Amino acid sequence: MHFAKLSHAMSRNELEIPSGVGGGVMLDVLQGFVHELRAAGLPVSMTENLDAMRGVEQIPLTERDAFREVLAATLVKSFRHRRAFDTVFDVYFSLYTGGVDGEGEPGGEPGDQDEAGGIPGQQGSGGSGEGMSNEALAEMLMAALMNMDQDQLRQLAAMAVTRFAGMEPGRPVGGTYYLYRTLRQLDYDALAGRLMERAAQQAGGEGEGDPETDLQARFAREEYERRLRELRDMIEAEIRRRLVADRGVEAMARTLRKPLPEDIDFMHASREEMQQLQRAIEPLTRALAARLAQRRKRKNRGHLDFRSTVRHSLSYGGVPAEPKFKSPRPSKPEIMVVADISGSVASFARFTLQFVYAIAGQFSKVRSWVFIDGIDEVTRFFQESDELTEAVQRVNTEADVVWVDGHSDYGHAFEVFRDRHLAEITPKTSIILLGDARNNYHAASAWVLKDLRQRARRLYWLNPEPRGYWDTGDSIVSEYGVHCDGVYECRNLRQLQRFVAAVVEA
Amino acid sequence: MAERFSSVDDVVTRLRSADYLADTGIAGVVYLADRLEKPVLVEGPAGVGKTELAKAIAEVTGSRLIRLQCYEGLDESKALYEWNYKKQLLRIQADREHESDWETVEADIFAEPFLLTRPLLEAIRAEEPIVLLIDEVDRVEVETEALLLEVLSDFQVSIPELGTIVGRQRPIVLLTSNNTRELSEALKRRCLYLHIDYPELEREKEIVRVRVPEIDDALAEQIAQVVRSIRALDVKKAPSISETIDWARTLLYLGHDSVDSKVIDETLHVLLKYQTDIAKARKELVDTPKVGTGLPASRG
Repeated sequence: MHFAKLSHAMSRNELEIPSGVGGGVMLDVLQGFVHELRAAGLPVSMTENLDAMRGVEQIPLTERDAFREVLAATLVKSFRHRRAFDTVFDVYFSLYTGGVDGEGEPGGEPGDQDEAGGIPGQQGSGGSGEGMSNEALAEMLMAALMNMDQDQLRQLAAMAVTRFAGMEPGRPVGGTYYLYRTLRQLDYDALAGRLMERAAQQAGGEGEGDPETDLQARFAREEYERRLRELRDMIEAEIRRRLVADRGVEAMARTLRKPLPEDIDFMHASREEMQQLQRAIEPLTRALAARLAQRRKRKNRGHLDFRSTVRHSLSYGGVPAEPKFKSPRPSKPEIMVVADISGSVASFARFTLQFVYAIAGQFSKVRSWVFIDGIDEVTRFFQESDELTEAVQRVNTEADVVWVDGHSDYGHAFEVFRDRHLAEITPKTSIILLGDARNNYHAASAWVLKDLRQRARRLYWLNPEPRGYWDTGDSIVSEYGVHCDGVYECRNLRQLQRFVAAVVEA
Repeated sequence: MAERFSSVDDVVTRLRSADYLADTGIAGVVYLADRLEKPVLVEGPAGVGKTELAKAIAEVTGSRLIRLQCYEGLDESKALYEWNYKKQLLRIQADREHESDWETVEADIFAEPFLLTRPLLEAIRAEEPIVLLIDEVDRVEVETEALLLEVLSDFQVSIPELGTIVGRQRPIVLLTSNNTRELSEALKRRCLYLHIDYPELEREKEIVRVRVPEIDDALAEQIAQVVRSIRALDVKKAPSISETIDWARTLLYLGHDSVDSKVIDETLHVLLKYQTDIAKARKELVDTPKVGTGLPASRG
């Protein structure tokens, strides 16, 4: 029955089934969709797949928003993965629903709608939007943004794409390129200011010279910024839709595939990915801290508390039915983090420090040092500021880590560390060393680590480089590694989280 | 069995009649949960109306709400059932005089009158329609989660002395989580997943108007704007919907009919609970409300 519903919906929309899908049967599309989700790293189980199939029978494809939510509810069980899901969804279902405007006839009768000309990529440009000047388009766009007329805005977005993106079929360029071209032509960055001006002019007549204008202006600006984000999303969706029409669903999905936040490589993260990491790290650490606290509580059940047991047996007529235990004093490890913060591994060090301090409650004491060729203790930054991001920021700007030339010198940094702090290392201390061990051919001084390990409880090394690169060029991981209790590859949050959990429990 | 909702729109309309404003996502998942007879795992920041959703569904479907509040250390005897030891002991002691044989006593003390039903068993044995709310499921240990699995997938429980008890009906089951830990795969697999986030401006404004009916439109709008503004700041604990509503009530009670910097300054502590957050918001919204690049002051 859902097939009937679907094919009805499809014939009404005069769909062109993308070449990669074929058949146009919902189940095929869904299978391709699930396959792509798995390829993007989302764990979709068999049961969830079946649920999704049953789910789509309940909601017609034409109710796009509800349809999306239903699929998400059955397939995505973590908020972190929602973004990846949305990307894949947009690719797979962009041709089926919600074209240029709600009722969209993509590729259908272009002359039908004045502005929405030339939709799927092949036609490039066309449609009667051509008659309009760029100024007129900009003017209409402003008007639509002022009134927040969704349908019109979507049509104008499509028009802007036709006119400004310069899309050529078959050209191997990502959607971002087209997006930025379009936005630049629209003078997107200045739009918020222009909208504000316009609003001020309109309100000006009423002469509201009260002190509230500043606050009001702030709200107005936030509102316009939100609208502009919406416009940007519309443009992006429109570009993606045309690209899918041009290249086919599967090719497009492959191009857009991005790592999940927990799989983003520290060393090669783009700026946007850095922000994602930043957002992902907080809930991850919170979850880890809660789990560790619970586990510790359960694991260390103390000795039988005889007095309390006898006391409680009174309510069972003297039968000791409920044994009572003493709660033990938990022994918490002490942590010392020593991190290389030279350019190549800086972001890795930053995230690791943030991670360790976020679960600082799990340790009796956390101290940290950063180095390049000189070394500096940075514990004070974390003690002084309430917020981790701020502390990390100060580490990057204020720590005194340059000794000679600002190129990593592990040997010297370790020697200084040993001279100053060896006496403070106790059998309760775990030391974590962070870095890629690229020593710029300086002296290794690996004997220092041997000394440290003799006094410490554990000595670990975390390396943000892929294992294959270790010991190539000036990397001397193994030389240090022989003196450590473990050397771990730590390229993303997933590996970092696993390691930290292991350290706490050790 | 009778389906409770006829369409997604029906969910929206009826929840609205219980003063709960659902967006498409919420309504879609509730509808699907009804049709597929699956439990829903609801996640999201504290105070966005996860528990309220369960209450609203119960109200509009005319069901009884059974609530299991989870906490660390929750176990079978608090979630499912427990034998009433003390009563059993009394029964045995009272029996000493009559000297009846052990078999009778045993059959006697492991029977219905000595069984203490806890929320899960109560939900399964219920005759009338119910909504089962398992609140803050992330607080129980991973091992305890397992005892929920049988209930969630088959809606039955096994009691060694009494056998397996199968539910007469499939209630709507909601589990809420504040995401303090990752729930087990097994649990997630059995549930539909719904993430509720802070609402958009329009919806928040509507919520304020529905929950605080005395408020006028302009004030509700301003309230929603201020709250959105604060959430956009990098605060430790962003104001929840319930705090927004509290704030609206406060303003009303104090007799303010519009929001200005002074009013915000005086009542900020209703919205924000950390001193650092309050200081930050005060700095942004009260002390230096001048923002924007080269904004002309609107003057006639």
